[in-house]
Amino acid sequence: MTTRTLPAVPAPASISPELLKQHSLTAEEYARIEKALDRTPSLTELGIYSVMWSEHCSYKSSRVHLRRLPTRGERTTGPGSVVQGPGENAGIIDIGDGWACAFKIESHNHPSYIEPFQGATTGVGGILRDIFTMGARPLAVMDSLRFGPLSTEDGESDPALVRKNHQIVEGVVAGVAHYGNCFGVPNLGGETRFEPCYSGNPLVNAFALGLVKKDEIFYAKASGVGNPVIYVGAKTGRDGIHGATMASEEFKEGSEQKRPNVQVGDPFMEKLLLEACLEAMQTGAVVGIQDMGAAGLTCSTCEMGGRGGVGLDVELDKVPQRETGMSGYEIMLSESQERMLLVAEKGREDEVLRVFERWGLDGVIVGEVIAEPHMRIRQHGELIANIPNQSLTDDAPLYHRPVGTWKAPVPLDPPAEVVEALRQPRDYTADLKQLLASSNICSKRWVFEQYDSMVQTNTVQGPGGEAGVMRVKGSGTPGHERGLAMALDGNGRWCYLDPKQGAKLAVAEAARKVACTGAVPVAATNCLNFGNPEKPEIMAQLSAAIDGIAEACTALGTPITGGNVSLYNETKGEGIYPTPVIGVVGILEDASKSVPANFAHPGDVLLLIDGGEQLGCWKHFGTSEYARVVMDSMWGTPYPLDLEAEAELHRRLAALTNAGLVHAACDVSDGGLAVALAEACFAHGTGVDVHFSGYAGFPSYTRLFAEEPTRVVIACSREEVSRIQQIFSGSSPGVWPIGTVTNGSFRIRMDESKEIAPGEYTKAETATVIETTISELKAAWSGALQSALSVDTVTA
Amino acid sequence: MKFGVLVFPGSNCDHDTYNVIEQIAHQPVTMLWHETEDLEGCDAILVPGGFAYGDYLRTGAIAHFAPVMQSVKRFAASGGLVLGICNGFQILCESGLLPGALMRNAGLKYICKQVHLRTETADSPFTSTLTKGQVLEIPIGHMEGNYFCDESTLATLKRGDRIAFRYATASGEITADANPNGSLENIAGVLSEGRNVLGMMPHPDRSSELLLGSADGFPIFQSMIAALATR
Repeated sequence: MTTRTLPAVPAPASISPELLKQHSLTAEEYARIEKALDRTPSLTELGIYSVMWSEHCSYKSSRVHLRRLPTRGERTTGPGSVVQGPGENAGIIDIGDGWACAFKIESHNHPSYIEPFQGATTGVGGILRDIFTMGARPLAVMDSLRFGPLSTEDGESDPALVRKNHQIVEGVVAGVAHYGNCFGVPNLGGETRFEPCYSGNPLVNAFALGLVKKDEIFYAKASGVGNPVIYVGAKTGRDGIHGATMASEEFKEGSEQKRPNVQVGDPFMEKLLLEACLEAMQTGAVVGIQDMGAAGLTCSTCEMGGRGGVGLDVELDKVPQRETGMSGYEIMLSESQERMLLVAEKGREDEVLRVFERWGLDGVIVGEVIAEPHMRIRQHGELIANIPNQSLTDDAPLYHRPVGTWKAPVPLDPPAEVVEALRQPRDYTADLKQLLASSNICSKRWVFEQYDSMVQTNTVQGPGGEAGVMRVKGSGTPGHERGLAMALDGNGRWCYLDPKQGAKLAVAEAARKVACTGAVPVAATNCLNFGNPEKPEIMAQLSAAIDGIAEACTALGTPITGGNVSLYNETKGEGIYPTPVIGVVGILEDASKSVPANFAHPGDVLLLIDGGEQLGCWKHFGTSEYARVVMDSMWGTPYPLDLEAEAELHRRLAALTNAGLVHAACDVSDGGLAVALAEACFAHGTGVDVHFSGYAGFPSYTRLFAEEPTRVVIACSREEVSRIQQIFSGSSPGVWPIGTVTNGSFRIRMDESKEIAPGEYTKAETATVIETTISELKAAWSGALQSALSVDTVTA
Repeated sequence: MKFGVLVFPGSNCDHDTYNVIEQIAHQPVTMLWHETEDLEGCDAILVPGGFAYGDYLRTGAIAHFAPVMQSVKRFAASGGLVLGICNGFQILCESGLLPGALMRNAGLKYICKQVHLRTETADSPFTSTLTKGQVLEIPIGHMEGNYFCDESTLATLKRGDRIAFRYATASGEITADANPNGSLENIAGVLSEGRNVLGMMPHPDRSSELLLGSADGFPIFQSMIAALATR
């Protein structure tokens, strides 16, 4: 390859304020570009800077805050230790027996609003490539989805938006399903929630986890001057140009016009790419590899060079192209899917190319590694870009945006009419049914049955439980292989009411779900979905949420190994609730010991493990689903969280599992204890007979429906109760027998005492507060989402 | 006795099927690439689930032209055992090895869940270790599993006792509610005229280990092994 005859400087663009505006670059940022290059950039170079310095790629608003996240845990070697922290395509942890797992969560929010089906497919495709580019075969995916309401009774008054929300839900779920099902990776569900703030700005966060032998991990790092640079996978087209820039802006009227910025996914192509890449890696001739995701060829070229301290020289005429007459600018900025860039060992390139040929994929040498740490791009015999890698990556702008002071958005005390309503006698059975049928609590079967949750034959616990559990073939002994548990969690409403506390609670709940399966939570990934960072109040939310995540992850021993930040989640100036979504991964030494979330054995004893102290507190109850759904109100701040007690709970749950003492364990979360008990009965048609004597001085509704953290219900055989109590003796979460599992009747009794004078209570009397059957409750819970979706909204 | 698992570029249950034979049934097994015509002396062929060539056209429509399928057709014609699961069933129908077609699910959506099947005949090399009427819990995972054939074909299938499995309730009743995808008469699996080819939409490969929730599919592989042992 000869570059000597070329002029060293690409032709300068004629820079105007309009041109900069089109590229979402400020005047200050442009001045930085001129300084970095010491000349006027070419048009292609301007485009390259605009995508690499976009919020999406550069994290320019969040980077200074992300540094506060813990990236290493106390485990320094062996299972649970971090092998690769943030900065690569995905984080990696050691899981024992020579295996490691790569995992990450990423957002695809903006494209999913503009074109729900394709936006969601390419979200899944992107995160899968991040995993297998590291040499890991994807083992499981999950999604965290946020949508606007599906009916005008659920908080969204505009029928047009309700219609749009229906389209988005149908499109996103079908897109996630289409991609993962064809690719052949099981989807373990995740979580789906609805709030009015996500009308017009849905959140699609895709999580993926893959397995790799610890000594066969690949990195996105170029090295070896003279080594060939090989382009593999799909051809480059004009789709997705400036996708990263689009994802770094708020939505305005007419944003749908940006549909051409959304890429189109081809899961079959991705499947071929997976098999071919893993096979090519086995040849030993691959030096480094990175997928072309956001900012496409631009990003992979400068990042691979940057990490290796070398440069990549690429000749665009050699890049496989789907369309004719593409400019260098278009090729560099295209976000066509299912493409990879790799560096091979010189002289062994044919071994690599043969693999791609066998799988029917393009594999073309497009350039070579050079000593100068620049990305050098040529087309039609001309140099069109020559940029120091560093200026695009490490030296990208870093903003210390003004961080406002956070103010509680709602009053601490409930409105007078709520106080009055709660003072009246209530039919709690009816309240429970209403909660079970509400959008955030009802069965999400309609969603997860569209996903193949079983392909690869590793799924020990699929969707619908607390966490997904996968076995790791080839580890442990046959039938007793190691297991990996994983769960996603995030509660935007809580973060809106207190970003730091809400973020802590999200970490704790994701880890608790993992712990319920008996796994030890060891690491985490985060997806931070926030509004416009140029507003100080949004930066206040972001900064506080990061502090909350840092504190909880440190205390619970789950370092953050990677993730993604999605800002500018606003439509017409209205931000979403700040929504950090946390994914936690845990390790089970024996997957066959994993604990399910469902009560299967009538006669089993139910134990409440309770690490909370604020159950009756009024101001926290206003953040519950009960307040939202039944009282149609919101007040107060989220529950406090005792991280010590939470960590203790997780440790002791693992001990119970190792000793084989538990039949089922379920987390008390949305809808409180009553909902947790009902949900755990649905799978096997069992029921409960509960007599709750604790907290007798508190009103029944808080004891039934409060969402205080650090609480789990377990089912066990009667003989094991004392051993379980022993395991919990002296620990801050206490254990209380509260009843038994039945054949299908559902009854909750409570001891109630009334306050007659301040601090003085009547003697407790037992009252039946809920009495029904599990089939009645299931009827309310199981079909609610499907009915909401099948309502004809066209004429609404 | 050797099993061969076909591998199309978009097969994604090839490893799962291979794993059952190797790790659970402990029998010799090999992968057969779609471009080969050499069945390497295999005694039984397994056509696994997945999306053979992406299935952007009608499912299985391109796979039936694959070189390996030409050999499989000859193998089946000479009495060789062929089991098609999910996409494999679709491919066998497209290839003319089995009658009928698999249309899009009645609900128009992909469905993945555990279902119950009633064994309709024990008289085949795939069901000999089962008893007629035995209910199995085996999962499905497909978009196009809605079995259809014309009336005379259906009559022929019934006359020949060639319906292998029907979707049923847990107690073995054939009801509309138990039919997940709209299949004609709840048909989940059919046999060829020579009874040596079986196609089924549910996945015995996903239900051969209790760890995964059910081992009810394993007797289908055991039946094949028993049949091969007596050949």
